[in-house]
Amino acid sequence: MREPMPAADSVEMEVNGEKRRVNVRASSLLLHTLRNMLGLTGCKPGCENGDCGACTVLVEGLPMKSCLMLTAEANGRKVTTIEGLANSPATYAFAKNQAFQCGYCTPGFIVNCEGLRNAYPQADLETVRLWLESNICRCTSYEEIHAAVQEMLAGYRRTP
Amino acid sequence: MIPFDLEYYVPADVSEAYDWFRKLQEQGKDPVYYSGGTEILTFARLNRVRTGAVIDLKAIPDCRSLQMSGQLLEIGSCVSLSDLCAANPFPLLSLAARGVADQTSRNKITFGGNICGRIIYREAVLPLLLTDSAVVLAGENGMRAVSIHEVFEGRLKLRKGEFLVKTLTDIRFLPLPYYHEKRRKIGHVGYPIVTVAALKKDGKLRMAFSGVCAFPFRSDPMEQVLNDSSIPPHKRIEEAIGRLPGPVLDDIESSAPYRRFLLARTMADAIQSLESR
Repeated sequence: MREPMPAADSVEMEVNGEKRRVNVRASSLLLHTLRNMLGLTGCKPGCENGDCGACTVLVEGLPMKSCLMLTAEANGRKVTTIEGLANSPATYAFAKNQAFQCGYCTPGFIVNCEGLRNAYPQADLETVRLWLESNICRCTSYEEIHAAVQEMLAGYRRTP
Repeated sequence: MIPFDLEYYVPADVSEAYDWFRKLQEQGKDPVYYSGGTEILTFARLNRVRTGAVIDLKAIPDCRSLQMSGQLLEIGSCVSLSDLCAANPFPLLSLAARGVADQTSRNKITFGGNICGRIIYREAVLPLLLTDSAVVLAGENGMRAVSIHEVFEGRLKLRKGEFLVKTLTDIRFLPLPYYHEKRRKIGHVGYPIVTVAALKKDGKLRMAFSGVCAFPFRSDPMEQVLNDSSIPPHKRIEEAIGRLPGPVLDDIESSAPYRRFLLARTMADAIQSLESR
């Protein structure tokens, strides 16, 4: 049994490869902890309702909407934000395909696409469609985003 | 941001979860069980849920099981919808689960959370109703397994302090011909105007619905008329719609007349799809 967490306590996570310990309220959301306590502002608040995907991070390699996760749930787990994905295949593909306009949703999209590459490097079109539905781009750069994902996955699909 | 403080508990087994619930209840903290937590956090942010403590069930092995156990498929309440779809032990259930929210949200939303949630659609329950599944509940007197038909009336009727541990489905239902269609106002993500799930067993159609009324349901009177082959299909559908167990929803997703129209069309598709199989 894990010790219960009182109203406020410390949580330890591995964030972008570094061990980080933070003192938080048990009701703190991961989104706000990452931004306000760890300065990782690439994780964007959008709807804060689980709809837009701007706050997506990877938890143990799997995309999660950080507005729908208590910080306490991330205790002892690996969290990756957009800051931890510099030079990743998804970041490169988004830049090359200019898969953004205002850029606010871009971190969430890139993190989600890295999650897709981790889970299904040879994802078919239907899988790509399913995963991209998790994020919203108000500037409607969907064509370019789709092209970026296809380019990111092309190398893996060619593997015999 | 959640506008109140709470405590966070992670019990290791079923009895410990109930013990915490009882203690916290005695302390006046009005605890809630927490699985994926997406609905609790969303409602807490809006002050529509207020609690002094959450009891996270995700570390309990029974709540995480996803396996065949003899003649039964056992699905733990804390299995995420995306894990359930990826494992795909029950294709009709995978279709129902895949229609809930979006892929990233389904990494967090759990099977049990969808069934027990306050949001009225609870679509993961439809395949359980069609297969006469059992639910295993835990509470004051330990665990009990009961037919879903005994405890589900629009929502799971849990006793105080009770929670859903897992569901049990007879594996003979898994390969049966099925139909599933979720029709939304727009796009591929969102709440249903109408969801119809159907199964054909021993030559008889079984149908369950979400989005039509303010609760998900399977109705014996509707199935009786739907299986009356002496009546042409369009008449059967008309009569079945006359036997709905509650008023048709009339809301921002759809007007009631359009819902009725879409329901009839979807039921016709289900009958056409299954009667030939």
